[in-house]
Amino acid sequence: MHMADALISPAVGGTMWAVSAGLIGHCSKKVKNEMDDQKIPLMGVMGAFIFAAQMINFTIPVTGSSGHLGGGMILSILLGPHIAFLTMASVLTVQALFFADGGLLALGCNIFNLGFFPCFIAYPLIYKRIAGKNPTRKNILTGALIAAIAGLQMGAFAVVMETVLSGVSELPFRTFLLLMQPIHLAIGTVEGLTTAAVVFFIWRARPEILNAAASSAPIGGISIRSVLTGIAVATLITGGTLSWFASSNPDGLEWAMFKTAGVEELETSHNLHLSLSEVQKKTAFLPDYGFQSDGSELLLNEKENSEEYGGTAATTEAKKHEASSWPSIDSGTSVSGLIGGLLTLTLAVAIGFILRYKKSNV
Amino acid sequence: MSHHIVQADNLHYTYPDGTLGLDNINFKIHHGESVALVGSNGAGKSTLLLHLIGCLTPTRGDIRIGDYPLNKKNLKSIRRSVGMVFQDPDDQLFMPTVFDDVAFGPINLGLPEAEIEKRVTAALETVGVPHLIKRSPQKLSGGEKRSVAIATVLATTPDILIMDEPSSNLDPASRRRLIHLLKTFTHTKIIATHDLDMALEICGRTIVLNNGKIVADGQTIQLFQDVKLLEMSGLEKPLTMQGCPVCSKEHPPVIAR
Amino acid sequence: MANLQNNLFDIFYMDTLASGETWLHRLDPRAKVLTTLIFVGTVVSCGKYEISMLIPFTLYPVAIVALANLPVLYIIKKMTLLMPFAFFIGIFNPIMDRAVILKIDLTDIFVWMDSIGLNNLMGLIDIIGLKGIVGTIDVSGGWISFFSIMMRFCLTVGAALILICTTGFDSVCMALQKFGVPSPFIAQLMFLYRYMFVLIDEASRMVRARALRTFDTGHMKLDLFAPMIGQLLLRTLDRAQRIHLAMCCRGFDGHIHMVRKMDLGMSEILFTIGWFFAFVIFRMYNIPIGLGKFLSEIL
Repeated sequence: MHMADALISPAVGGTMWAVSAGLIGHCSKKVKNEMDDQKIPLMGVMGAFIFAAQMINFTIPVTGSSGHLGGGMILSILLGPHIAFLTMASVLTVQALFFADGGLLALGCNIFNLGFFPCFIAYPLIYKRIAGKNPTRKNILTGALIAAIAGLQMGAFAVVMETVLSGVSELPFRTFLLLMQPIHLAIGTVEGLTTAAVVFFIWRARPEILNAAASSAPIGGISIRSVLTGIAVATLITGGTLSWFASSNPDGLEWAMFKTAGVEELETSHNLHLSLSEVQKKTAFLPDYGFQSDGSELLLNEKENSEEYGGTAATTEAKKHEASSWPSIDSGTSVSGLIGGLLTLTLAVAIGFILRYKKSNV
Repeated sequence: MSHHIVQADNLHYTYPDGTLGLDNINFKIHHGESVALVGSNGAGKSTLLLHLIGCLTPTRGDIRIGDYPLNKKNLKSIRRSVGMVFQDPDDQLFMPTVFDDVAFGPINLGLPEAEIEKRVTAALETVGVPHLIKRSPQKLSGGEKRSVAIATVLATTPDILIMDEPSSNLDPASRRRLIHLLKTFTHTKIIATHDLDMALEICGRTIVLNNGKIVADGQTIQLFQDVKLLEMSGLEKPLTMQGCPVCSKEHPPVIAR
Repeated sequence: MANLQNNLFDIFYMDTLASGETWLHRLDPRAKVLTTLIFVGTVVSCGKYEISMLIPFTLYPVAIVALANLPVLYIIKKMTLLMPFAFFIGIFNPIMDRAVILKIDLTDIFVWMDSIGLNNLMGLIDIIGLKGIVGTIDVSGGWISFFSIMMRFCLTVGAALILICTTGFDSVCMALQKFGVPSPFIAQLMFLYRYMFVLIDEASRMVRARALRTFDTGHMKLDLFAPMIGQLLLRTLDRAQRIHLAMCCRGFDGHIHMVRKMDLGMSEILFTIGWFFAFVIFRMYNIPIGLGKFLSEIL
């Protein structure tokens, strides 16, 4: 469920950082303005509680696997969405730093996926409507269950979107989605059940806690409109930065070819026509490039392209040169890449040893 | 404030759920006095202490600290002169390092930075743990935590020290150090405790609470000889006042004056 | 149960590492936080098929681990434990992306080895019969991007671990505050960290108490789990109240102020700028390929 640094692009990571930072700022301001200084230790200790509670596992009947308390939903129910969001964000930050759950760049994504959806969507729009005013056993259960499932489905969808937009993983959108959503239906059910059970326990033992939370939490502290605006802005930024990255780093396959084939051969023949034909080529065989493993078909494609473009003999020549250089990759370069890589790694480790050796001798 | 008097007049407190917490509490504690607050579990010791620092508001009656009545208006200034050491040091040490924790009070008093550092070092030296200054609270032992918790209160230079079970959960050596330390303090001290031996050593006066009422208030050594009173209040004679298990002779206890 | 305690010890251990006394530990936390962020950013910005370009980046974690006297094995162990997640998502790449984008001609390597006089090794390869069997190795884009993902994972996770082990959580928080993170969130992080230890301890005591009285295999069922977590929650709420009292008794006014000496000196500026340029150079020029080419040319 946690996004990982290794899977996201800086554009996606950066945008989500900005979005989450904005939300943290908003919630901090809100908490500050409420001026209830009792909340400050409360929030912190509740974060620690989530941390500890997540480490207590119970056995899920039938399957035999184990589950634990989620966090976002129960925090929202007990503390209201703003404090819950800040608390969730702090839990995820500590997890990122100490257990490297996700990582630093992916932290923005994780805070958004696991904090925003349960606290600002699922809680106010689902749980609060069902069980906010009239917390009976049935209402708590249905409210928590539906809200937790919905929150996690949205979170899972966001993970898929972020991963696919980043383009580091090859998983196609649909496959990934079909993989993630059902898993998170199960996780959501578990979270919903545990949340309901714990809330029900609190409601019976100390009802005043729930009542205080329900009355103090301002409904619609974040309006749907501002949520939609925020998402729209985030999409725009992501789209913008993504397209910028896309244009400077062409299609992964092609780009890798550039790197592995060595740049100098292409440099000599690089001109406008060539780059145009590159674009054309890309669009021409993009749909089935996954199946292309040898050069014969490529050459065919290349011929078509050059015929289409007509062009001067020189450009055709250049394209042919390029095309032939592509499938049969200059192995000399890859060997030197391999050697150079090993050497650099050795060098880095050696520097480490020298540094430590020097230190221990001082 | 010339006289650090702590005075309770006709104090009543009922919990929100209707349970009686305190019932007609009256006492006057003078400057420099050391008073032990003893009684069984649930007798109302902690409830009374929370009233003295203004954390609970009495249903009826008044508390005066020094020359002022304890109310919302002068709560802040009263808290400057009253320092409370909580039972669980983990509740009291909430900052990332010992320094931050001890400095928390002085910073809130608005002291200049140089003065803050001076106060922190002085407070830690008083309790004998200046070497812990950079450590984080989670890495301290129980005894060290207690010492630092006391230092956090001392750093605000209170005139009145209120302590809730200061010797609980301490090993004998740490307890002994604590007793020595408390003996050196010239503050007015109010100590709620089950450790009657410590009470005997530190506090000249004892108030016995039972079911929210004061059942006895007098010289510690006299009250602790009253077996009937002790039994009725869920207490027993301090070990130092009981016979020696080997020679079955009574040894004269160390008594606070 | 073991999980609870282990996590606690783990955090404890990292906390202890962070109280080291090396030059790096003393460096202003802002420099370290900023450098880590630049590092993660540049690493992640490398193309998805990039492996060789990522290699020079290992210099940063290696150098810091060496300079800060961090236990190498511990860091490696921690990273390995975290590997499965990146592995499971990354492993789809070789399945989905099968286009060959790299051919490694082994004969070339053998020729090269011959030329620099590694004849003994050649003999060994001959004995194994490797030379006869494999001519070229075709590597698909999927495998390359998979290894790239794993490398990024190691680098970014390593960087985060190293940051915590050299800086300590509270200093990271102070740095974040100086960078403009709102103070309620900083207070939140510090409280969470402080009471994490207390509450994990409390939770493990509860779990232990239960385990000692369940004589069967001890699966925790939901009907027991809920009151247990609920109890822990109630205790937590009570504790929050007591902490608030303790804070009020020492003049808490809704804001947490801290006196912390932090100064950005020359060493901080040099550290950050130095690494910044190093990362940019690693990112702009593929050093391993250049080095390899240079070497094959002179040999």
